[in-house]
Amino acid sequence: MSLPDLSPLWLSVQLALVTTLLLLVIGTPLAWWLATTRVRGRAIVEALTALPLVLPPTVLGFYLLIFLNPNSTLGGLWRDATGTGLTFSFSGLVLASAIYSLPFMVQPLQAGFEAVGRGPMEAAASLRASKLDAFFYVAVPLAKRGFLTGIVLSFAHTIGEFGVVLMVGGNIPGQTRVISIAIYEQVETLDYAQAHVLSAILLVFSFTVLLLVYTLNRRMPVRVG
Amino acid sequence: MTLSLDITLGAQGFALKVAHSFEATGITALFGASGAGKSTLLRVIAGLEEAASGKVKFGNEVWQDSQNYVPPHKRGVGYVFQDARLFEHLDVAGNLRFAARRGRGKGPISFDPVVKTLDLAALLARRVAGLSGGERQRVAIGRTLLSNPQLLLMDEPLAALDHERKSRLLPYIARLPEAFGLPVIYVTHSIEEVTRLADQIVVLADGRLMAAGKVADVLARLDIAEASGKFEAGVVVEAVVTGEDAGFRLTHLDVAGQPMSMPASKVEIGAHLRLRIRARDVAIALKRPERVSIRNMLSAHILEIVEEAETAFAEVLLDIGGGERLRARITRASVADLGLSIGLPVVALIKSIAFDRRALPKA
Repeated sequence: MSLPDLSPLWLSVQLALVTTLLLLVIGTPLAWWLATTRVRGRAIVEALTALPLVLPPTVLGFYLLIFLNPNSTLGGLWRDATGTGLTFSFSGLVLASAIYSLPFMVQPLQAGFEAVGRGPMEAAASLRASKLDAFFYVAVPLAKRGFLTGIVLSFAHTIGEFGVVLMVGGNIPGQTRVISIAIYEQVETLDYAQAHVLSAILLVFSFTVLLLVYTLNRRMPVRVG
Repeated sequence: MTLSLDITLGAQGFALKVAHSFEATGITALFGASGAGKSTLLRVIAGLEEAASGKVKFGNEVWQDSQNYVPPHKRGVGYVFQDARLFEHLDVAGNLRFAARRGRGKGPISFDPVVKTLDLAALLARRVAGLSGGERQRVAIGRTLLSNPQLLLMDEPLAALDHERKSRLLPYIARLPEAFGLPVIYVTHSIEEVTRLADQIVVLADGRLMAAGKVADVLARLDIAEASGKFEAGVVVEAVVTGEDAGFRLTHLDVAGQPMSMPASKVEIGAHLRLRIRARDVAIALKRPERVSIRNMLSAHILEIVEEAETAFAEVLLDIGGGERLRARITRASVADLGLSIGLPVVALIKSIAFDRRALPKA
């Protein structure tokens, strides 16, 4: 039995890392806004954020394909700026993954921020801390379980995605051929030995991640859909 | 520093509307029944109620008017919350340093004197979660002081504590204005805390200002009974210690030029005391009775009689000379039987008194 090609695994890890970082940057202010605003439009934004939880990945992938292709406005702008396309490329995969995994970052963060509440933030303000100061030195440390959960779930969810990648990224070795796509192809070509190895890796990984999350959050239930 | 307020805040079914200006020195009690709007008014002063409209001015600084809204962290207002609100992710020292770092250079208050005044040294390494209620409030007060506020707001900081912890913490609070040169506004619904701590008082009822002024003056007014509750209603009078009877263990006092006595206490001769005399502990006689056990009898004139139509009682305001007043809560039947009327000379019989050890500042 030959050693399987592990490059799809590394590609998945890279994709998950970049996606999680991007989600941390986008998801934190979004979750804070959702947790603190009393604006009426909040429900709409909440629903939009949760959409990837219920939409079939193919539907999401289909729309992304339309909006990201080089002939579209966004895809065209990206091609003019970088010289590469957003579809069937690593950059496109990151964007698609970020949208697909958004609720897995935003919802634990939002729950974490809501648990912090107004009390400590008002106390910080009365101690001369500006809003930003209070956010970084009070809200973030108090919501650290939310951050941990969000990071772990986003990472794991990106590692495991399949449908969106297939639609937007295709199957280009080293570019978009992530682990789930590789397994799919191995099964298609009846290469069960290789599929076994990669599947087992994913299974153990996913179980470990969930175990970690539930151990961390025994006292703070997290909403994931 | 003068604090000027002219604010309106309408919250669900409740409206706070206060226009008042006062000199913030020493401790000012913000007093009233639950739901009178005391805490809300305090939050408005701190800038925590953005929905409030109107004007807030402290000294020369406009904190809020139709054009400006200074955010809470720029007002230099310290706020001690009823529930302490310590940061659970930091230990006691961390909580104190959080404030000290942000208050550095804003005023003269520094770490060591605060730790000493509030006896915090033994708590510094403790986790916040393990502190008792009294310890939490002490840390909260220390933390607020270290932010070097120019005005200290305290929202019923003792409400969650039992009687013993309360009386242990009260002296710490009484010391704050003098020790740190800081005016304090203190929200409470306890007359006891008002008389023990405050120099002046602002009374709120149903979101409106009811009375304001020196504690003794305001508490002598009959209409404050509604805000304080009948059981608590009473007055505060000033007394000077004149002597001691070691044999019978009594301390002799002078109140408005009239002699009084109370069970012996460790007070120096010449010390100024505040006596709190509850209306229900005062009876009225037309002439000085003989052969009664009551020792404290003061000559008085009736200033005002308010009969409570729905009850058996009437409240009588008495002038005992020297600008001091007493209140007596007696039955309406007694008012009729004795033929009490305004201006009538009577004798006030005092069954018991409570006093505050804290010497009065020389006016």
